[in-house]
Parts: sequence; C-alpha cells; structure tokens
Amino acid sequence: MSDTNTRHHGTRPADANAGGSADGSADTHGRDAEQAPPTGHGHVPGQAASSGPVRSRPRAERVSAFAQRHGALVALVLTAAVSALSFDSFADPGNLQNIAVSAAFLAIVALGMTFVIVSGGIDLSVGSVFALGGVLAAWGSRHGPLVALLLALTVCGGIGLVNGLLIARARLAPFIVTLAAMLGARGLMLNITDEGADTFLVAKDSLFADLGREKLLGVGVPVWITLALFLLGGVLLRRTRFGQHVYAVGGNEDAASLMGASVARTKVSVYVLSGLLAGLAGALNAAWLASGVTILGQGMELEAISAVVIGGTLLTGGMGFVSGSLVGVLLLKVIQNVINQIGSLDSAYQQVVSGAFLVVVVVVQTWLGRRRKARLTSPAA
Amino acid sequence: MAEATALTRTAPDRSAVYAWLQAYGVYAGVAVLLLFNVAFTDHFLSAENFRTQAVQVAPILIVALGMALAIGSEGIDLSVGSVMALSTSLVALYLGWGPWTALAAAVLGGVAVGLVNGSLIAFVGVQPIVATLALMVGGRGLALVLVPQLEDVRDPGMRNLGSGDLLGVPYPVLVTVALVVLVAFTVRRTTFGRQLLAIGDSRPAARLAGLPVRRVLLCVYAASGVLAAVAGFLATARLQASDPTSLGTLMELSAITAVVVGGTPLSGGRVRIGGTVAGAVLIQLLTATLIKHDLPPSWTQIAQAVVIVLAVYAARERGKR
Repeated sequence: MSDTNTRHHGTRPADANAGGSADGSADTHGRDAEQAPPTGHGHVPGQAASSGPVRSRPRAERVSAFAQRHGALVALVLTAAVSALSFDSFADPGNLQNIAVSAAFLAIVALGMTFVIVSGGIDLSVGSVFALGGVLAAWGSRHGPLVALLLALTVCGGIGLVNGLLIARARLAPFIVTLAAMLGARGLMLNITDEGADTFLVAKDSLFADLGREKLLGVGVPVWITLALFLLGGVLLRRTRFGQHVYAVGGNEDAASLMGASVARTKVSVYVLSGLLAGLAGALNAAWLASGVTILGQGMELEAISAVVIGGTLLTGGMGFVSGSLVGVLLLKVIQNVINQIGSLDSAYQQVVSGAFLVVVVVVQTWLGRRRKARLTSPAA
Repeated sequence: MAEATALTRTAPDRSAVYAWLQAYGVYAGVAVLLLFNVAFTDHFLSAENFRTQAVQVAPILIVALGMALAIGSEGIDLSVGSVMALSTSLVALYLGWGPWTALAAAVLGGVAVGLVNGSLIAFVGVQPIVATLALMVGGRGLALVLVPQLEDVRDPGMRNLGSGDLLGVPYPVLVTVALVVLVAFTVRRTTFGRQLLAIGDSRPAARLAGLPVRRVLLCVYAASGVLAAVAGFLATARLQASDPTSLGTLMELSAITAVVVGGTPLSGGRVRIGGTVAGAVLIQLLTATLIKHDLPPSWTQIAQAVVIVLAVYAARERGKR
C-alpha cells in the first residue's frame, strides 16, 4: 500500500467495515470524515484487521466488524424507539432538547477522551478539569466572554500539558498521572472557591451567558458547538497526519516511532486536547447554568470513558472513531432520561445501569477482539 | 552493546539514589513529618492524638493491603471505594440482625464485587483498570439504591467495635494489625503468595509454568473486595452512620498512593507490606499536619497529588535501570 493509491483502494474496506448497510439518516454527524479512508499511511495498526479484500471476508467477520462499529448506533435507535413508544413525554421537543443539551457537555469531554484512548492512554482528570473550567469561566465572565473562555482554556490546557509531559516525557503510567491530576485540579478548584463556599455567578444578560442559553434554529448554541467540534475532531483524527500518528501511537509505540511519528509530541498533544475540551465543556456548562458550580464533574470521567467504549473505541488503543463516542454519549443520556421518566427509580439506578452497560460492552469488545486476533494469526486468514 | 555499557557506567550514582528513595523514602518521609509535628504542632505528642491517628489510618491501610495484592499481580482495583460504600449500605440494612450478621453481609458484598472483578479480569481478559472502573461506577450506584441517604447506625455492639478498645488498643487498630500480619504472611510464606508474585512478574510465564493463573487472580480481587468491605464496616462503626454517598470516595487514590509510595512497583511482581503500612501512615500524617496547621482540605488534595507523582517518578527510575 503506497501513499498514492490508498485513497482509491482504501475506500472499499472502509465501506465494507460499515457492513454495507449503514443507514446514513441517524449517523450524519461527521460521517463523511469518519468513513473516509485514512490518508497517508495505509498500515495503521488499528485498521489492519479491516483492510483485507472485500470478497474474502467471511460473513461472521463482517457481522463482528459491524457490531464493533455500529452496535452502539443500533442500540441507540432501538432504545429511543422503545422509549418514544412507552413514554408520551419522551419524544416531546422540550425533552429532546434537554437530552441534547445535557449530552452536549459530556460529548465535548468524550471527544477529547476519544483521542486519548485511541492513543492508548486514559484521562481520569476530565471531571475535575470540567469543574475547574466552569468555575474559572464564571469568575472570568465579569471581564467579558473572551476572558472567561481564555482563562478556562489556558488553565485546563495547562493541566493537560502537565499530564502529557509526565506521561510522554517522564514515561509515567497515564492512569496514575491523571488520577493525581484529578485530585490536584479539584484541590485547585476548591482552593479558589474558598473550599467550595463561593459560587461565582455569570450575569444573566452577559454575552457569555448567551453562549450557553441562546438558541439557533431552535437548537441550543452548546449543541451546535458540540456538532462543529465533532466534525472537526473527525477530520483531525481521520484526515490529518496528527490523527494518523494518534492511531499509530495507540497501535504500537515502537512501530509508530520507527515510521517517523513523534510519539512524545503526539501524546502530549492528545492530553492537551483533552484538557482544553474538558475546560471548554466546563465553561459552556457554566454559561448554561449561569454559575460556576463547584460540585459538578464528579464521576464524569467514568461517563466519558463509558461513552467512548460503548461507541466502539478499543480501550487498548489504536482503534476507534469519534462519531461512535457521540452515539455512546447519546445512548447514556437517553437511558438516564428514561430512568428519570420512570419516577419511582431514583438517580442511583443510572450509575448501576452505566456500570452494567460498561461491563457488557467491554466483555463483547474483548470477545470480538480475541476473535479478530485469532483470525489474524490463523494461517488461513 | 556499546550503548548499554555506556549507560550502565554513568547510571549507578543516580539510580542508587532513586533505588534508596524507592525503598526507604517513605520511612524518611514519615520521620520528617513526625519530627516536624513534634516541633511545630501543639499537642502532637499525646496519647489521645496518637490514638486518633491510628484509628483514622486503619481503613486506608486495610484497603491498601488489598490494593497491594492487586498491584503485585500487575493489576489495580479502582472499585475499593465503592465496595466501602456498598459495605456501609449492607451494614445499615442488616444491622437489625446484630453486628456480626451485618459484618457477614458486608464481607459477602465485598466477595461478590471482587469475584465479578476477578472473573472479568481472569476469564474474560478485560484490563483490570476497565473492569474495576465499571464496578466503581456500578458499586456506588448499588450502594445508593440500597440506602439512598445517610442513616444513623445506632447499635451498642457496633459502637464498641468502632471506638472501644482492648488493653488500651482500639479494636480497629487490632484488626488492622492482624490483617497486616495475615497479608504479609500470605505474600511471603504461602504458595498463593508466590504464585501471585510470579503472575505479576509475567503472566505468560506463570501460565506456561502451569500455575493456576485464573484461580489466583480471582482470589486476589476477592481478597481486595473483602478487605475494602472490612474497612467500610470499621469506618461505619466509628462514624456511627451509614453514608454511601461519601464513604470511600477517593479511597482508591489514597490506597494506590500508600502502596506506590511504599515502594511496590506498579509493574507487579513485588509487594512491600512494610512500605505500604508506612505509606498509609504518611498519607494520614500529611493530612493531619495540613489540617492541624489550618490549611484547608484542598491543600491536602494538592499535596497528595504531588506526593503520588513524585513516588511514581522515583519508582520509574528504578524500573528503567
């Protein structure tokens, strides 16, 4: 596979990967970017499994590839359909709007998490960074929306940078570094809010508050921002050299550095991106709530990881796609919404369901991954 | 080859320092904090304060023992905080049948969570971080489903277990000492301990050597679950309340810090129980020092974050040698 002909030949495996029956109607976001062949390096590790010629692929293989890639979407459509039939209030525009807005903030965080997980790492600090971003933005909003956003993005990007440097340059384990950052960021946030006693308010008529509350064509601004970010994220991961390096680093670090990817720089960038997006999500959330709420973001890292994994990204790295994470977020939020609609169940069930869901998805993925591995190593394949 | 020898020739000085830091840094840290407190903290050298610190360190240490086993097998258990929450919920539910029934229920809950963790890791082949993360989310959810909000735990037997003492030594401390001895003995002197370390060193090699890898891993996570449940039980007894919302939050981080600071490498194959004890004491002393000098809790979190990064950094140099 040379660089010049991947575009032409690469299209076919990508389509075959979709099982040939992807319905475009529900998966519109960034789909073009998602389905596109990887530019440049055709031998990106994560795609090795799906780049064989179409006709020799047995049916079971196509089914498992389809389950990996679109299982979450099927589950989302089914859940939404069942919910719409069972609860009159589910399909209500107001309710859908609620789901969309509450999904928007988590989705932005999950987008950054997707990059981190594809690169073979994990970022447990996003929940704290999200809260910190919100508090900083709310504090800065008295000096205008630009200050609010810049303050949140600078500090949160800085935390991502520290994470990235410790992981990439000092070669420390990602989960332990980001676990420490989770503690440190929350400590910092509590420190600037007088141990959580101060709540910074965003003036309701300010430009910054509009960022969270205004609507465009009947849909909230945060939702539009989220969609735009996912489109950009899809292009970044699939169409750029950086994106290919992220896949390569996640697939096999040594191979990635042999093929000329700067492993350290890629890893640092990924954690900076995750910090920036978590901070931005926090800032938008503060604009939406019109205050920097200090207790937010706890457990958000788990939700984001769940969403990414449910969306078909492998936790082992090297394989994944951003539109799946969006679907994963929506699926989690729809389930949460349904649990809220069943009045007798309290919100603790959401955690039980999220945990159980994560277990099921991970077990299925591990099983699919093992079959893929077996296929690759068997002489017949 | 030439490169390797050049590296080893220049390395000894630095890596000897790091090796010493990794092995004994935690004891030095404890000593420094003790000296600082003796010099600058009022009423530090009192029997009462000593007792308070010992009782408070008990849950961290008990959880850290289980974490040390998981880390020794090249795994991790992020669900320990949630197991503590589950344990406190079960205690509240079953206290009507007496404290021992409550303890049994809590321990069974811990075993159940541990077995699920262990099965996912040993049989399905899920990474330990992911498997225990799922249980971390689900476990606390389950605890909150069972007991939605804070409940008072009023039982004379429980109160006695939480704050009573035998010959001047509080029960929680006695239990902790017994568990430390038990775990240390298991790791050093039993076949199970040897197998655990062999698996942590290299799972494929352990499998090829015919060790019962799956059974050992299952037991490791079950043990971690039981220890976390016991810690949850003791904490409930001391607080005389069951609060599944907050009990055990960030406990996984404290436990991992204690284990790693104590010199157990995250790469598995080695467990230092003495270091883990000192690591737990270090965290407790650090928290107590900051609180006694009127620094807000947020500083404790920041300090703990710094300590854990430093500890892992020191361990890294040792590993690279």
